[in-house]
Amino acid sequence: MNEIFMITPLLIISGGILLSLIVEMFYKKSEIILPWLSIAIFISAAYYSLLTAYREGVVFNSMLAVGGLVHIFYFIFNFGAAIVVLLSIDHIKKVGIYFGEFYILMQSAVLGMMFLSGAKDLVMVFIGLEQMSVCFYILTGFNRKRSSSNEAALKYFLLGAFASGFVVYGMALIYGAVGSLSIPSVSFYLINQSPSIIFIVGLLLFIIGFSFKIAAVPFHMWVPDVYQGAPTTVTAFMSTGGKAAAFSALLVVLVPVFSNLAKNNFIPLLSVLAVITMLYGSIVAIAQIDLKRMLAYSSIAHAGYMIIGLAAGNQNGVTGIVFYLAAYTFMNLGAFGVISMVEAKDNSHVDLQSYTGLAAKYPLLAAMLTIFMFALAGIPPFAGFFGKYFVFISAIEANLTWLAIIGVISSAISAYFYLRVVVVMYFKSTDSPIDVEPSYYALLGIFISALLVLVMGLFPNSIIQLISFFVG
Amino acid sequence: MLIEYLPIFLVFGFAIIFAIATVFSSTIFGPKRPTSEKLSTYESGMKPIGTTHDRVSVKYYIVAMLFIIFDLEVIFVYPWAVQFKRLYAELGISIFFSMLLFLVVFEIGFLYAYKKGGFKWD
Repeated sequence: MNEIFMITPLLIISGGILLSLIVEMFYKKSEIILPWLSIAIFISAAYYSLLTAYREGVVFNSMLAVGGLVHIFYFIFNFGAAIVVLLSIDHIKKVGIYFGEFYILMQSAVLGMMFLSGAKDLVMVFIGLEQMSVCFYILTGFNRKRSSSNEAALKYFLLGAFASGFVVYGMALIYGAVGSLSIPSVSFYLINQSPSIIFIVGLLLFIIGFSFKIAAVPFHMWVPDVYQGAPTTVTAFMSTGGKAAAFSALLVVLVPVFSNLAKNNFIPLLSVLAVITMLYGSIVAIAQIDLKRMLAYSSIAHAGYMIIGLAAGNQNGVTGIVFYLAAYTFMNLGAFGVISMVEAKDNSHVDLQSYTGLAAKYPLLAAMLTIFMFALAGIPPFAGFFGKYFVFISAIEANLTWLAIIGVISSAISAYFYLRVVVVMYFKSTDSPIDVEPSYYALLGIFISALLVLVMGLFPNSIIQLISFFVG
Repeated sequence: MLIEYLPIFLVFGFAIIFAIATVFSSTIFGPKRPTSEKLSTYESGMKPIGTTHDRVSVKYYIVAMLFIIFDLEVIFVYPWAVQFKRLYAELGISIFFSMLLFLVVFEIGFLYAYKKGGFKWD
């Protein structure tokens, strides 16, 4: 019975989903109540995650880990989801997808993410991955009347199912080599003997499957279309929570495995993956004029920076990735929040042209977007800078200085397209700047994100200390 | 290590060879006396009407999905019901309430489908 109380955050979300379903069933105007109910659920889950983070342990026949780093991830997912709800309230009404199910699916996706980051067993990883992904497939196609949304959902579904296939096949081969799916016994197996061919192939397939989910080149093909086609707030959710969850699962599996490998043959592989991912993302994003598409490529590039931390594999790398994920979550949420506000009813006004002269008409909105663009570009004192900084430091510590150098070059390239948005908003004028429907809820969400980006940028040390306390 | 899997690979190889051989041997060795009647689509039977790719109403899929969920419910409940006496002796009344909790979670989903008209055909 005691185990039940160890998983309070998971229970809050599970109970919340059931409660939301009941509200949705019996109340006609559920779309008015549900956002607030969801926010309450997310915030209380986030709060309890932090509150009980000191209680570390393993529950349910060593299927789930609780406490520590896992709860830090819970906090990121839940708090991010709460901000997405704030951004969505007016947005989904504007683009004509005003249904209560939107929020229920979001809660369900968050539950899947929490399973992913807390997994201590490969089966748990798979269950979490599927629960999260299936909710994302539906949310991507939520705008049923728009063909691009349908196309995105189908594309995401097919490639996502393909990726899940890779993951499961990899797990099957790992099971064949080790004889167990529990992650501690997988890493224990590696202490005693050098890995067999079957194990290495299995781990490779596992990495490939998750590379789809974190959008690493060359498994990134779905990202631009899906991010562009999905409703903007869904894109915000998918590119932050989804990516953070996939990365947390990679950390959960790969870090114990790598730490016990006598000779880590995966470092060159991950390094190459990181290099092509960040360079491809940064260079191709330059050619994009659609902001959602540009942020999709930027999201690919950011996955590349985070893989550097994975390749380094030391404690600083893990800490850096967690910090980076938190920073990336809030700056991306903010950026997509501004885009979702500027976006018109018919999903136009997402191209760079529409932002011409925005600063003159809506100075606050432009200032917010500027903060997020600076943060994404990695300019101090915003959170993005320290995310990159910690990841690069970990690479240098692991004798991968060349990787850090390429990372810096790539982030210099990426500054071009981030700052171009700022230039268009402030230094170009037009006779007919676009009209933006004000949404105070979304603005509140954007403010909170901006505040977090600033706080994480100004006081990175205390947050890093908190994270590394739980990592170590 | 891999040598242990040799029988499996042998079975795979044999299966593939057998499948190919049976399919193609009839065309290679069989006698061929084509007539125009034989080559037409239906020598004896109905003339085809329309294509094989018919559109199926989306309602059908919803019913099919709900059936699968029902099926899964039965899969969980049936062994529990069969073993209930033994489990009750071992674990006490909690075994009853844990299944009840499962069913409550389950039925909320069904109630949702019902309320949203998932069972309506028209």
